[in-house]
Amino acid sequence: MKILYFAWVKQKIGKAEETVDMPASVTNVATLIDFLRKRGTGYEEAFKNPALIRVAVNQQHTDFNAIVHPGDEVAFFPPVTGG
Amino acid sequence: MSEIRIQQEDFDSGAEMAALEDDGGDAGAIASFVGLVRGDGGLSSMTLDHYPGMCESEIAAHAGEARKRWSILALRIVHRIGRLVPGDRIVFVGVASKHRQAAFEAAEFLMDYLKTRAPFWKLERRGESETWVRARAEDDASVKRWIR
Repeated sequence: MKILYFAWVKQKIGKAEETVDMPASVTNVATLIDFLRKRGTGYEEAFKNPALIRVAVNQQHTDFNAIVHPGDEVAFFPPVTGG
Repeated sequence: MSEIRIQQEDFDSGAEMAALEDDGGDAGAIASFVGLVRGDGGLSSMTLDHYPGMCESEIAAHAGEARKRWSILALRIVHRIGRLVPGDRIVFVGVASKHRQAAFEAAEFLMDYLKTRAPFWKLERRGESETWVRARAEDDASVKRWIR
């Protein structure tokens, strides 16, 4: 599974993207966040307040209930501020 | 036709308008919006982060939605990324249509969706401090009026 981070989520985690082997405990975005939070202090800091985080699965905006699969591209970022 | 570009380099608003006139065929109206970097509160620079691929697909999806809602003869969207300074152009949205109402409304629709759905993020620099711009509740409220 490919995971991407943008804006301050990227800064806190310290990387723009990574590939992770999805453990059996991960079924949806919420459980993926639970898994990522345990990977280090940067992750814990980034996901401390999930209400501040938005997610896209395979480049489509979605929510934390979305089901994820091993080949998916999942991106975490704050609410967008373009335009 | 629709042209959507995400680019680091500056754009020429006049050239974009001229291209809209050409692409618009027998258009009777062209409405455009140009967003600029404001130097509020001693802002020295603004850096735009973006999600390559998803930016293009989100913008294309909303351009498609605009075409369903209004009779659009041509549209152009240019959004810059990277480091910008006060006065720099950030975004161009232009719509050519037969009549002005469709052109005005579609341009506003596209801007509202760009602000709330297209994956761009602004990092503002003032002196030595950097802060990520927070999403504005007004922008969310603004986009709600288009929900059907």
